[in-house]
Amino acid sequence: MSKTTGQGALLDIRGLKTYFFTEGGVVKAVDGVDLTVRRGETLGLVGESGCGKSVTMFSVMRLIGQPGRLVDGEVLFDGRDLTKISDSEMQDLRGNRISMIFQQPLTSLNPVFRIGDQVAEVFEIHEGLGREDARKKGIEMLRRVGIPDPERRAQSFPHEISGGQAQRVMIAMALATNPELLIADEPTTALDVTIQAQILDLMRELREKSNTAIIFITHDLGVVAEMAENVAVMYAGQVVEYADVKTLFAQPRMPYTQGLLASIPVLGETRERLAVIPGTVPNLVDLPPGCRFAGRCASRIEYGLTLCTQEAPELLPVEEGHLARCWLYHDHPPSGFKAPLATGRARDEAGRHWSGRAS
Amino acid sequence: MTTNGSTNNGDVLLDVQGLVKHFPVRHGILQRVAGWVKAVDGVSFQIRRGETLGLVGESGCGKTTVGRSILRLIEPTAGKVYFQDKDVAHLDKPELKAMRKDMQIIFQDPFSSLDPRMPIGTSIQEGLNVHGIKGDEADKIVRRVLEEVGMHPEHARRYPHEFSGGQRQRIGIARALALRPKLIVCDEPVSALDLSIQSQVLNLLDDLQKEHGLTYLFIAHNLSVVEHISDRVGVMYLGKLVELADRAELFANPLHPYTKALISAIPIPDPTVKRDRIILEGDVPSPLNPPDGCNFHPRCPIAVARCSQEEPELRRVGSASTEHYAACLLVD
Repeated sequence: MSKTTGQGALLDIRGLKTYFFTEGGVVKAVDGVDLTVRRGETLGLVGESGCGKSVTMFSVMRLIGQPGRLVDGEVLFDGRDLTKISDSEMQDLRGNRISMIFQQPLTSLNPVFRIGDQVAEVFEIHEGLGREDARKKGIEMLRRVGIPDPERRAQSFPHEISGGQAQRVMIAMALATNPELLIADEPTTALDVTIQAQILDLMRELREKSNTAIIFITHDLGVVAEMAENVAVMYAGQVVEYADVKTLFAQPRMPYTQGLLASIPVLGETRERLAVIPGTVPNLVDLPPGCRFAGRCASRIEYGLTLCTQEAPELLPVEEGHLARCWLYHDHPPSGFKAPLATGRARDEAGRHWSGRAS
Repeated sequence: MTTNGSTNNGDVLLDVQGLVKHFPVRHGILQRVAGWVKAVDGVSFQIRRGETLGLVGESGCGKTTVGRSILRLIEPTAGKVYFQDKDVAHLDKPELKAMRKDMQIIFQDPFSSLDPRMPIGTSIQEGLNVHGIKGDEADKIVRRVLEEVGMHPEHARRYPHEFSGGQRQRIGIARALALRPKLIVCDEPVSALDLSIQSQVLNLLDDLQKEHGLTYLFIAHNLSVVEHISDRVGVMYLGKLVELADRAELFANPLHPYTKALISAIPIPDPTVKRDRIILEGDVPSPLNPPDGCNFHPRCPIAVARCSQEEPELRRVGSASTEHYAACLLVD
């Protein structure tokens, strides 16, 4: 998606493919993902389970284990391709310039070490500090993330603290080295809503104080609306729509995004009936030809489009900074992002004015 | 505690009065009781025939325990549960069995609530067999309920692993429907499902309610979902019901400070909305040793001295035209 942002890209993922070679076949968990994150930007990565959002970020961190393998693509971090550097170089970056926090904070902490020591360890490893200095900085970090009485709390073991506190500790560890990029994988999904509000508040506050870019992986559209500047929507291993957060929620283009937004109950808006996306996500071992969403797409069914089930659409602009992977909006064969707005062959095939319908 | 007011009409299907469930905490080799977890601590409410009562709260607030105590899947410690004017808590076995035909439950996890070694048709039939419906008649019912939940009757011969999460939840609903119950306790029925599947199941529950005049107790932590499906909503905190009102009233005009904070904490999927968020300090206290006075006072932004001494009762509040109940000393 180098088309979306020209310069200053901190992370530039190009054509990333991560497959899992299982007995049941090759699972194409991530199948050609392009994403760009600028310094200081917060990118929301949304999608349902199995869409590849976490696998994409685990690939960036090079945390993909057997039977998974990164089969193609580049991951440029500050100009360097992370798929090509040595393990030890990667280890230097991980937890130092790129950090990650996870959904289950309590399982991410080591149960047999005191939390203060676990935070201090980050300083020992990455900044080469001595025991005592690292301990002091660790406690300082715990204070910054809002752990009450950090000197005493540092003596606690992970089982003695709550999920919300554990996530604060994880954030303390992740931010200890002032990383340039923080990958947050569903960091509040396991938390109760009042605790989620605390953690989101903390993340916003820390973001303002640093210039850390954040990739926020979540399935909660409310959290995305609140945290992200730009949003990438993933479906079946690919990015299907990308826009700034306001545009995405106001004018979603891809029928999948439109369907998702119409199908969730929204607090304060009473909808008599929820919109439904029929069917289920396709099998990633045996993907359909054409658009992966075609089988469930209301627009395809409404217009009786045939192109969608034959050829795969590409992720192309529908307007400046707004990309969609959908035949309703571009030409065939695709003539790149110079394609005039919404003049796709499929739309001609549909023979109806899309914009009239969407508004 | 009859504070939840009017038992005026015969329309009440379920009347829960002062429900209490304390779980013992055991320690040591002798398994001596070292304390009690006050999971549910005096909860009263009614459900009217044909309505959906939503029960919301954060994890550990006791909402699931309330649902299970109503069905006597766990024995309540104290309190009364009247279902069609009979006290469920004091039924003997045959009476309880007859009553269970009218009360069913749908569980959260569609993966662990179906027996993996049993074709789903057999799973659905089990309940029918217990109630003496067997053979062709049972088969017919299985086929019919599968169709009602939007699946093929031929699916009855397949095994749970052949279905997706959404389909399994439909099977769970079919099983609950088979005996034509009057009340279904829906315990987080959509929280394990993906977004695009959630609305399919919510709409199905809605349709079935209209078709069969079902009454739901809908337990969930997701306020948006509860707002969508409920007629009335009760909010629980640490084993107590802290607020109860009509859906529209509760969300437009929450009175209890906990409900206010809870509603304000929900992220809204609209980036143009800016809201005043009430951030609660600290964590939910342990139900093993709940605070004195009002349970909520240590986190309450408006608590005063007497909140730590006096325990508030759930009582009628707000304007006379609405039925709105809250358990807060500072609300009237």
